[in-house]
Amino acid sequence: MNPGTRIIEVRQNLLKKNDLLARQLRQRFHDAGVYVISMVSSPGAGKTELLQQTLTKLRSEHRVAALVGDLATENDAARLARSQAPVKQITTGTLCHLEAAMVESALQEWNLRELDFLFIENVGNLVCPSSYDLGEDLRLVLLSVTEGEDKPLKYPTIFNSADVAVISKMDIAAAVEFDEATARRNIQAVRPGMNIVTVSAKSGAGMDSYLDFLRSCKTPSPVSPIPR
Amino acid sequence: MHELSIAMSIVEMVEDEMEHRGGLQIVAVHLRIGQLAGVVKEALLSSYEMACEDTALAGSQLIVEEVPVIMYCPTCDARRPVLASEWFNCPQCGAPVTEIVQGKELELVSLEIDE
Repeated sequence: MNPGTRIIEVRQNLLKKNDLLARQLRQRFHDAGVYVISMVSSPGAGKTELLQQTLTKLRSEHRVAALVGDLATENDAARLARSQAPVKQITTGTLCHLEAAMVESALQEWNLRELDFLFIENVGNLVCPSSYDLGEDLRLVLLSVTEGEDKPLKYPTIFNSADVAVISKMDIAAAVEFDEATARRNIQAVRPGMNIVTVSAKSGAGMDSYLDFLRSCKTPSPVSPIPR
Repeated sequence: MHELSIAMSIVEMVEDEMEHRGGLQIVAVHLRIGQLAGVVKEALLSSYEMACEDTALAGSQLIVEEVPVIMYCPTCDARRPVLASEWFNCPQCGAPVTEIVQGKELELVSLEIDE
């Protein structure tokens, strides 16, 4: 402490504004009966492809919609719109992550009561999104087989903040000599007990059990379909 | 690199506090940042300088206390330090640990003001 100075206690969370807003959003989602799933990963891990297939397949039985965040372009919204589900792009400019306020303002024109599932695709980034609560019920972290099995060890914070890990692009796992057992071990090291799902959005392999898993999260049953 | 937005929210919170308490001269701002908070101290310090420019906080110091990660091991029924952030196992018994007691803090602790 410098001489001639005095300390004033403040004790406030730096992300208080975001956390408060996220809490309000979570309450709104809950009241409206919509289950909200956010997706985080590094750029190019396959979030948009997985989300497009997810929306397309869930649409036949559920009312689904998606928000998608990127620094620039509406390309992902255009891709996701092929699923025929309502989609809205959030362009963050230079910001590397989504915040609760962006989600809130993107939702203004939507009636949440008309939705069963809302997906929020975060900006591709394994660092910054970990600190920002968006009011989601479930946070998925994607790890594609091309990224290396040690990704979870390099980015423990985001893996630790997620609820489910999805290993994506399984159709090319053999070609890139992906070691699934090591990847699973590394995920469990940074987040013991985390559910892990393997999928290929392209071939469709694993999609059914992944979708069953999402449905079971929305309506929990006594037995989880995915072994821990 | 979200340290700049965090720095800007620090400035905003301190300005609110200054307005609330009336005409304070801020010498330093004290923070506690957990090792699992996803914030890089060096990046935050340089972002803070930028965020303070042309505000009443210009020239103030940012003092960061880094908070180590502590977890709770249900097997030992004890709090244990996390030795490496990529290994959430109890350093004593090796059991995997899911409950983090400390290390995610992002807290504005106090303001140091000129009398």
